[in-house]
Amino acid sequence: MANYCSSSSMVDLWLTTAAAARQHVCFHLIPRLSGVVPESCLLIVVGLLVGGLIKVIGEEPPVLDSQLFFLCLLPPIILDAGYFLPIRPFTENVGTILVFAVIGTLWNAFFVGGLLYALCQIESVGLTSVDLLACLLFGSIVSAVDPVAVLAVFEKIHINELVHILVFGESLLNDAVTVVLYNLFEEFSKVGTVTVLDVFLGVVCFFVVSLGGVLVGAIYGILAAFTSRFTSHTRVIEPLFVFLYSYMAYLSSEMFHLSGIMALIACGVVMRPYVEANISHKSYTTIKYFLKMWSSVSETLIFIFLGVSTVAGPHAWNWTFVIVTVILCLVSRVLGVIGLTFIINKFRIVRLTKKDQFIVAYGGLRGAIAFSLGYLLSSNHQKRNLFLTAIITVIFFTVFVQGMTIRPLVELLAVKRKKESKPSINQEIHTEFLDHLLTGVEGVRGHYGHYHWKEKVNRFNKIYVKRWLIAGENFMEPELIAFYRKMELKQAIMLVESGQLPSALPSTVSMQNIQARATPRLSKKREEEIRRILRSNLQNNKQRMCSFSYSRHTLFDADEEDNVSQVHLRKMERRVSMMKGRMSHYLTVPADRESPRPGVRRVRFESNNQVFSADSVPTAHFEQPSTPRTPDAVSLEEEVPKRRNLKADGGGPRGTVSDSNQGELNYQRLARCLSDPGPNKVENYPFMS
Amino acid sequence: MGSTNSTLSKIPNVEELVQETGFTPAHIVRLYDRFEALDKEKTGHLRPQDFGAINRLAINPIGDRIIGAFFSPGQETVDFHSFVRILAHFRPADKKRPKDPSMPEPVNSRTSKLKFAFQLYDQDKDGKISRAELLQVLRSMLEMQVTEEQLESIADRTIQEADLDTDDAISFEEFRKSLEKVNIDHKMSIRFLR
Repeated sequence: MANYCSSSSMVDLWLTTAAAARQHVCFHLIPRLSGVVPESCLLIVVGLLVGGLIKVIGEEPPVLDSQLFFLCLLPPIILDAGYFLPIRPFTENVGTILVFAVIGTLWNAFFVGGLLYALCQIESVGLTSVDLLACLLFGSIVSAVDPVAVLAVFEKIHINELVHILVFGESLLNDAVTVVLYNLFEEFSKVGTVTVLDVFLGVVCFFVVSLGGVLVGAIYGILAAFTSRFTSHTRVIEPLFVFLYSYMAYLSSEMFHLSGIMALIACGVVMRPYVEANISHKSYTTIKYFLKMWSSVSETLIFIFLGVSTVAGPHAWNWTFVIVTVILCLVSRVLGVIGLTFIINKFRIVRLTKKDQFIVAYGGLRGAIAFSLGYLLSSNHQKRNLFLTAIITVIFFTVFVQGMTIRPLVELLAVKRKKESKPSINQEIHTEFLDHLLTGVEGVRGHYGHYHWKEKVNRFNKIYVKRWLIAGENFMEPELIAFYRKMELKQAIMLVESGQLPSALPSTVSMQNIQARATPRLSKKREEEIRRILRSNLQNNKQRMCSFSYSRHTLFDADEEDNVSQVHLRKMERRVSMMKGRMSHYLTVPADRESPRPGVRRVRFESNNQVFSADSVPTAHFEQPSTPRTPDAVSLEEEVPKRRNLKADGGGPRGTVSDSNQGELNYQRLARCLSDPGPNKVENYPFMS
Repeated sequence: MGSTNSTLSKIPNVEELVQETGFTPAHIVRLYDRFEALDKEKTGHLRPQDFGAINRLAINPIGDRIIGAFFSPGQETVDFHSFVRILAHFRPADKKRPKDPSMPEPVNSRTSKLKFAFQLYDQDKDGKISRAELLQVLRSMLEMQVTEEQLESIADRTIQEADLDTDDAISFEEFRKSLEKVNIDHKMSIRFLR
């Protein structure tokens, strides 16, 4: 029991240290420094200090255990990266990324390994016992670009999307190559000889490892998507499924010696569109924040442990070997990038410029994966300590020197930075339009190009896959609508959270103010606000009425809600007809003044009968908060007295308010783009208690 | 290469085409082959029906607009030159083009590409995308899957977002501005393999 406690408390202690280190060192104590020096460097320094401290005390500082690293620390980071991988730039550049990842890594490994072997042959170095295979093994370990280090450094410099996805994608996809090379060379060096057959098997092995990993990941991704289809009644554990399936994908593929990283990426990528269509808004937020949290903690721990391991680890320093290794790594990287880009540019539409190439080359950082792989080498492997020392030196060099200087260099070279952009419905519509246009032009041209295949995949997805993996009616929803809805929702939430609700009585007053100021822009914005708030309120109520899952938190159960809503409906109708008289004046005047834009003025109020077949129909029509937390909500809705009978199947008791005023005024009507309370539910809204 | 030369000789005014569009002779030959393949009745001109026979265009939501873009207003047929000129819009932009204001804008520059796309939206050619035109495009892209109200609210929102001079329509400048973050060179280019 004591042992169990002590090991748990050790873990806890480390985690706390890590979190504290990140928080204080990086942000509070040396704020200016953290602008210059990337966090990874600072954390390594912290690790060094901690390690030194432990050594001074007389204890043996812990070394980064490879098993701990690969099983616990690495997966969250990779899952975070894979889940939030920007798909569009990735697929557009996947060819380039693969070339860099596969051929680039192979080139690096053989170049470094081969030249080091040549070096070791020189008598004066004193390393003649190192044979070719050992050198090649070392080369394969040290040549892989590390996703953790790349993420840590690139996060801050906000480089343009293309370069970012190239380096980052490469760091993710080269795992398969690294795994295969590492295992191959380790086997070979045990056996001692290599035949042509072995080489051929190695190539086959590579394909199996990478494609197998992707397949395993994709299967688990589909499973997760399928599961999420049925979780509408158990929203609370939705995030759990996402994490569990992903981790299972990782473990399964590692078990079969396939590429765990690729499995994890594939799982995240495959799962995301369907899961996000199915899960609630809260679950989405939970997933996002948990992933960020875990990956952040993992990253911190990794770097700290790197520092500690440096102090702890057995070292065998050989000046020549280490320095030559560092130089060779740099040289091979630069040569590799330049050479490959030359070939790749012949096939790309948008060529890679010299600046892009430079950043890609310079951003090839090595990190903890290399260290862990080195550590995994069996301890009776000759020269293990030498290798470890060299690996650590390379890591330190890339992370410190390259990591620190990349930002000033980016600024110096005036490399294109990432353009922050708000989601824009225009951009979405036009981009989709252009997609169709290009597909059409490719058709005219008779060319089976990029757009053709993209279109085919989309079509397949729409017709076959979505049907199975997306719950309810949502699978028919076109992406544009989903995007639009999300955007509106986000803005509504933002408005609510920023407290921009016009308050109750003063809403009439504020309308007056709007009139008085008579700036079209402002009142339009106001109207938009109103529209959004109304709509969000609307959504709110629909959610409440239809979602039975969070029954612990809602005040009423379904039946009560019905009664309450009935009562409210009638009350509202009465109040509306009262308010109508007063409100009409305020609403008309601004509208008339800006009447050249009648289309935009209208804020529509629509309800859809389909959804509420379960509930009684009348309650669906008028949105009311059962517990109006803020008087705003109620009065705002009173301002929207009018609904228009837009659907032929309307029928039902629509209340007395419906058509009488149609011709009279230009009322604000609330637009509903949601037709059913599917995903992105707003379950816990400030309106609702 | 013999067949290329013989095909080249069949096409009138090849040099002029090369100059104007920036295609290489090899590209033009391939395009000519395609033109002939589409021109089933060997009339030397393409008619809307010939385009309509392309399956991939038929299922394209904006297929009819694309076909329409090939035909100049009032013309019923497309000859090879016009065919090539329209397709030249989609050639990847030349990075090294010197910015010479006296020369006319090359047909595959960013502006020309955007203009082409804009014209597809703006069917009545009044220089603006009106709400009705936008609605039409949305309707064709989203087919039957949305209600009229959703379409209208999206159209409203779109115009609101883009419209800077509050004339309830999107002019070319506003169109261009709303796409300033998109890499048009990339988005509107297809590879013309040799």
